Amino acid sequence: MLNNSPYFRKPSSVRSVMLRVLLALLPGIAAYVWFFGAAVLVQIAIASVAALAAEAAMLHLRGKPLLQFLGDGSALVTAWLIALTFPPIVPWWLTVSAVLAAIVVAKHIYGGLGQNPFNPAMVAFAMMIVAYPSLMSQWPAVGFTDFAPQWNAIFGQRQLDAITMATPLDALRTALHTADARATVSGVLGNHATFGNIGGKGWEWIAASYFLGGVYLIQQRIITWHMPTAFIATLLLISSGFWIYDAERFASPAFQVFTGGAMLAAFFIVTDPVSGCTTPRGKLLFAAGIGLLTWVIRTFGAYPDGIAFAVLLMNIGAPLIDMYTQPPVFGHKPNTPKP
Amino acid sequence: MLSRLFNFNGGVKPAYNKEQSTGLPIAVPPAPTFLIIPLHQSIGGQPRPIVQTGDKVLKGQRIGEADGNVSSAVHASTSGTVIAVEMRRMPHSSGLSALCVVIEPDGRDEWIARQAFDYRSASPNAIRDYLRDMGVVGLGGAVFPSHLKINPGKRGKLDTLVINGAECEPFITCDDLLMRERPETIVRGIAIMRDMLSAGRVLIGVEDNKPIAIAAMQAAVQQLNETTIKVVAVPTRYPAGGAKQLIRVLTGIEVPHGQRSTDYGVQCFNVGTAYAIYEAIALGQPLISRIVTVAGNVRTARNYEVLFGTPMRDLVALCGPGADTDRLIMGGPMMGVGMPGDEVPIVKATNCVLVGSPTLFPPPPPEMPCIRCGECAKACPTDLQPFEMYWFSRAKIFGKAQEYHLFDCIECGCCAFVCPSRIPLVDYYRFAKSEIWAREKDKEAADQARQRHEFRQQREEREKAEKAAKLAAKTAAGREKAAAALADAAKPATTPEDEAKKAMIAAAMEKAKAQKAEAKNTENLTPEQQAEITAIEARRAEIREQAKPHLPHDD
Repeated sequence: MLNNSPYFRKPSSVRSVMLRVLLALLPGIAAYVWFFGAAVLVQIAIASVAALAAEAAMLHLRGKPLLQFLGDGSALVTAWLIALTFPPIVPWWLTVSAVLAAIVVAKHIYGGLGQNPFNPAMVAFAMMIVAYPSLMSQWPAVGFTDFAPQWNAIFGQRQLDAITMATPLDALRTALHTADARATVSGVLGNHATFGNIGGKGWEWIAASYFLGGVYLIQQRIITWHMPTAFIATLLLISSGFWIYDAERFASPAFQVFTGGAMLAAFFIVTDPVSGCTTPRGKLLFAAGIGLLTWVIRTFGAYPDGIAFAVLLMNIGAPLIDMYTQPPVFGHKPNTPKP
Repeated sequence: MLSRLFNFNGGVKPAYNKEQSTGLPIAVPPAPTFLIIPLHQSIGGQPRPIVQTGDKVLKGQRIGEADGNVSSAVHASTSGTVIAVEMRRMPHSSGLSALCVVIEPDGRDEWIARQAFDYRSASPNAIRDYLRDMGVVGLGGAVFPSHLKINPGKRGKLDTLVINGAECEPFITCDDLLMRERPETIVRGIAIMRDMLSAGRVLIGVEDNKPIAIAAMQAAVQQLNETTIKVVAVPTRYPAGGAKQLIRVLTGIEVPHGQRSTDYGVQCFNVGTAYAIYEAIALGQPLISRIVTVAGNVRTARNYEVLFGTPMRDLVALCGPGADTDRLIMGGPMMGVGMPGDEVPIVKATNCVLVGSPTLFPPPPPEMPCIRCGECAKACPTDLQPFEMYWFSRAKIFGKAQEYHLFDCIECGCCAFVCPSRIPLVDYYRFAKSEIWAREKDKEAADQARQRHEFRQQREEREKAEKAAKLAAKTAAGREKAAAALADAAKPATTPEDEAKKAMIAAAMEKAKAQKAEAKNTENLTPEQQAEITAIEARRAEIREQAKPHLPHDD
């Protein structure tokens, strides 16, 4: 049977979309490796192998054509996002477990590519931070890029005291929540040698590199401006308000945007089309909600970063938001002249 | 003077491939050995044949008479002998047959007596009847009978008459060449239409990738000193030539689905239709030929002025089709329909015969799941959410698909064109639409069947009562009973049981009516919509077949 019209198509594929997302991650990865060492690359390798294996196994079980789906690149995107959001020195089995949670549970059990209601990488992150809270908060010290201890931490004996350090977000949270009442934002983050200028030493550069990749994605029309803008703007707005109110108890808006996973989330996680909103207004609401929840969880919550939970919470609301934000169709717009 | 242009959302920019067929002027193909003229060449009722096998016909002689007002006459394209009036395969992807008049030309090409029509002194109804009998239909591809559109609507006059010379489909250049070579005739035709519609101004929209045609049309407008007619270059973006999109670009007005554009003071005709109207009114020539582009997998792509009924293969043979030709497509690559064979005739709707090959139009790569990337929504010129309609069509949740404005879809193919998952989206919408129409029809049939059943029940009861009465009347003892039975017969269904049943039936019918009223997309149809539905109905069976492979199997 010959196909129906249209008889020709734009040369575009899921594979090329996914590969360009991976390409856009490269500047961020480069900065990450520069500040935190080659452990990042090891984690990416572990996650990629595990993801492809899990994907192949699930496709086989579901009776799907292996070649067609394994090459679509979606599993790799999930794997890379897991590797980039987890501390780079978590043991290998933790990364593998996370990838299995993402690919097997969050993706394939829900019906595979295009069917998952939740962002698979964020499901993995949330599961692991609940199951292994301490492992998930041990980050290598910025600039301590010695490979041997990192390799050991991933595959062998973990002797972490020498190489780990609290992230700026974690340090801030711990100080403000649990330490004595005299702790202040400037008191914790004031040391520029340790915590850099804006978002924490190293973190701000990594964030800037992710921003570059994100601009490329917008230029390639893979994502639209709506989500990153709404996410960052909301995070800036809400944190500005509280920062102006009391700069000693609430971190600055610039810090909020340039630290932790905010910039990676803005362009690569919040923008997941499958689990997010699709209408223009829906995208704005969805991403603004994540921005707001991220700030709330970061400021008042018990976890070092709030993005994963914020994304999952908004994923629940995405279909409803889409339903209520359907754009008017041709001829039904409010400003259409009536006969 | 520059007009302000408006924008429509979405659209795509496919490779245009128009330069191949614009190098040579319009040619007239050699006389065909026989002509197969389908009677049904327009939207609406199928014309009745008024010739018989053996009849001699002249060029331009009417051979099919319009069936009612929503229909259009059909004429012999040349002089000759009717050798058959029989079912032949139609130029339609379904491969269904329809009644055709087969003519063997005598080679003399002898015209009927032709006479100009004085439209200025004729009544509007007389003009419409005349155009209907001259077989003038929209030549942009929709073949809607033009006489029905030569009607200023309830306002009595038009603000703007839009003339469509956009020709946005790739490969097709028939309007382009017509505008280059015969701009004066087109402008004269436009002037006639403007007068008949009392239009305040005329805007001729031409995509800016046709500078020669634009210049020729502007020169003709100037030469004829038509001050209310203006040629406007519109940005080249498919589907700028969709009637609603072009009206939007030129006037800013968005005509909603299912409403008449004349209610908004606008009407739209194709340039080829303007040409045909001039020939019909000023020259007394019915519509018997049109310009057809032959392009694609051919040695020489070119435009021809083709007599209706010419077999497609005769036309294609003139252009040297490639050895690997695997199909003929009527129309362009975005909205064209695959032909069931190469013997089918050229008809009024044939703006292009696109010769396909596996290299030119490779089979689509395997379909992937939708990742909701939203490319289709960005490309949709009707601002729909195609992926949502896809989910609901695929899941056969047709009510939801309609809520997402399935019937506003113009099937332009932009969504499928950009889809990275290579999903044949338009096939799903065609499938959903045809299923919805089929269900409406089934429901109607069921309603009718139930009414018939109730009527029959009543009749049977009445007959039974009458019989009983007769029987009772025969026996002296039953005389009193007979009187009672007769009374029953006069008012059937008076037992409490029957009353309850009747009440239930009435309630069910009320409910059915209410449900019918809710299905607003197919309620209160205008004649043109009804006609459209009838036409698409014909494609239903085939579409369902074709949609099947893409739908989830039950296994």
